Amino acid sequence: MVPTAYYLILAAMLFSIGIAAFLIKRNVITIFISIELMLNAVNLTFVAFAHMWHQVSGQIFVFFVMVVAAAEAAVGLAIILSIFRTRQTLNVDEIDLMKS
Amino acid sequence: MNPMPWSATFFIPLLPFAGFLINGTLGRRLPRVVVSTVALLFTALPAALVAWLWKTMCATGAPSSVESTIHPSGFDWINITGLHIDFAFAVDHLTLIMLAVVTGVGFIIHIYSVGYMAHEEGYWRFFAYLNLFMFFMSLLVLAANFLLLFVGWEGVGLCSYLLIGFYFKKYSAASAGKKAFIVNRIGDFGFLLAMFLLIVHFGSLDFKEIFSILAQNPEWQQQGAHFLPTIALLLLLGAAGKSAQIPLYIWLPDAMEGPTPVSALIHAATMVTAGVYMVARCHPLFNSSPLALTVVALVGAATAIFAASIGMVQHDIKRVLAYSTISQLGYMFLACGVGAYAAGIFHLLTHSFFKALLFLAAGSVIHALHGQQDMRWMGGLRTRTPLTFWTMSAGVFAIAGIPPFAGFFSKDEILYRTFTSPNPLHIVLWLVGLLTAGMTSFYMFRLWFKTFFGEPRFDESASLDLHGAAVHARSSSTLTLEADDQGGTMHSVHESSWIMLLPLVLLAILSVAGGWVGIPAALGGNNQIEHFLDPVFANGTAGEGIAAMTGHGLELVLAVISVLVALVGFYIAYVFYYEKPGTAAALAERNKAAYSLVKNKYWVDELYGAFLITPMLMFTRISELIVDHGLVDGSGAAAGATTRGLAWLTRKQISGNIRSYAGWLAIGAAAVIALMIFGNVLKGPL
Repeated sequence: MVPTAYYLILAAMLFSIGIAAFLIKRNVITIFISIELMLNAVNLTFVAFAHMWHQVSGQIFVFFVMVVAAAEAAVGLAIILSIFRTRQTLNVDEIDLMKS
Repeated sequence: MNPMPWSATFFIPLLPFAGFLINGTLGRRLPRVVVSTVALLFTALPAALVAWLWKTMCATGAPSSVESTIHPSGFDWINITGLHIDFAFAVDHLTLIMLAVVTGVGFIIHIYSVGYMAHEEGYWRFFAYLNLFMFFMSLLVLAANFLLLFVGWEGVGLCSYLLIGFYFKKYSAASAGKKAFIVNRIGDFGFLLAMFLLIVHFGSLDFKEIFSILAQNPEWQQQGAHFLPTIALLLLLGAAGKSAQIPLYIWLPDAMEGPTPVSALIHAATMVTAGVYMVARCHPLFNSSPLALTVVALVGAATAIFAASIGMVQHDIKRVLAYSTISQLGYMFLACGVGAYAAGIFHLLTHSFFKALLFLAAGSVIHALHGQQDMRWMGGLRTRTPLTFWTMSAGVFAIAGIPPFAGFFSKDEILYRTFTSPNPLHIVLWLVGLLTAGMTSFYMFRLWFKTFFGEPRFDESASLDLHGAAVHARSSSTLTLEADDQGGTMHSVHESSWIMLLPLVLLAILSVAGGWVGIPAALGGNNQIEHFLDPVFANGTAGEGIAAMTGHGLELVLAVISVLVALVGFYIAYVFYYEKPGTAAALAERNKAAYSLVKNKYWVDELYGAFLITPMLMFTRISELIVDHGLVDGSGAAAGATTRGLAWLTRKQISGNIRSYAGWLAIGAAAVIALMIFGNVLKGPL
């Protein structure tokens, strides 16, 4: 049986990759994908702990997260589309209307 | 008649105040006729009220009655624990005389101003200020307590400032106004301290109450309670500020920058006598302290002779009169200092007549010469302005103390009372007074001869001369004349209009006859004014007793001496300035040091400048650097800089860059995790 620590290390690595991509990448879609990556890293820890403690609630959390992620993907992609339509770019550095 | 007619006294100050409000708010838009009508009406009515008050009071309260003070019903003004002050007026015989001077002479000068100021800018402003002055001055003399008196006291000071600086576009006038105001503050500081001490020791500021407490506690005086001389001397400091006595006299000569009617009304007849009035009003306080009385007499005598000596060498006609005013006020203080308050008030009365007359006549001369004030450019005006000459002559003879003009009786009374006073210094004081009388006579006749006799000097082309140019510069701003008017019309010297001459005639009559109310018993009169004032100064007058002791012989001898001294003064002036006009200049040339000392007013202004003003300015400069720029400005700037620095730091966070927000978020999350993991290690369970 694979120890829980392995799952957790994998999840931490996935999460870190997600954060790094989020910070480094300029394309909005790539950033969006990195958010999905982080969400799934969290899902992995939930599942790992659920399996370790033999609790179902962890897996239920995962379903919730997936639902929210799906909703977020729909809304997020719509926002991205409208940004592209108005600004003709997906570079976050150029999306800076809030800059003081 | 109304059973409470005394409430009418409230209208004496209120009417001029109404005039001030009307002219002060609407005057700019009103035609000049309306402005002068308002100003004259609202000063004539109080004068009529005073006349009626005088008549009623003489009918009801005979001078012999003790209860001669009238308290019109006032109302609560300040009512706190331990101190109660009414907004109340009191009318006694002293107040009546002062009111008569203020409203009567004030009204006459208002008439004159209509003519004198006719072509000036700011006509409405002038009359608004003048009416405001009348309001405060009548408030001052009517007040039944020190605080209300102080209100009037400050108010007339304000009006004096406003009117000295009436030509505020002229630098010298504006700074003269400031000088008067600031020097008066020093005196007012003394007055305020005296009031505080009175509250501490008497628990009241009401004249009647304080004096009755004083009378009930004779042991204070016997045990030499130190607060009585302190209060009296502080009051004297206040009086010295207002009445231009040593050491605070320096503002009055500069005050001549104001329009001439102002000099006549405020700086000769009424406001500057407020100090004398205050000393007379507080006579029980002064009587309770022989030290304070001696100081009053010394200050008065010193000021009298000091100012007279400066007046002898001045060339500006108004400055001669200003120093003369200071000198005459010194006489009044001398009288108060030897306990002869009635004589002081008598001199105040006659002085207000003849000095107002002299100023107005001088104004008429200046008017005739289109703003020329320097006596070196006058002369021979006797035939050109005959009425001014005759009226001014009445004033000159009155102030010089030639019988039977007004000044003779009052000045003689003061000298006589000084000579017979119990003060150990009385002979010295009398000699100083006598010498001053001679000097007064000399400088007044000097003015008289230089202005009205000899060759006319005014139509020489003075503008070529360097000094003349300076005079022209000054005169052209004194009267707002056109520049081309100066040279061309110097020849057309003319008599003033009737509206300026009428007040001159009225005051000339008063200057001749005004003294007859105080003809001493020695000369066949019965000194009515002294008896009139008896109820007020009941404790202070011991003149009758002295007269009974020494008989009338001494008084007659002293009168003859003072007349002789006046005649000597006249003769010297006659020789110097009429018979041999070069004599005075030659004498000045021979005694150069002494002449320049007096000519430069003993360098008192310069001494004050060097020893008081310069160190004070330096102190303020240093304080400005350390306190203002260092502490006050510094703390403000530091607070601003701190806020700005913090703002700069936080502003960096709001970059608008999404990834930097995310980065901060990640760092924050990492920090929280680190805390959760290592927090236990650092400080136990969180």
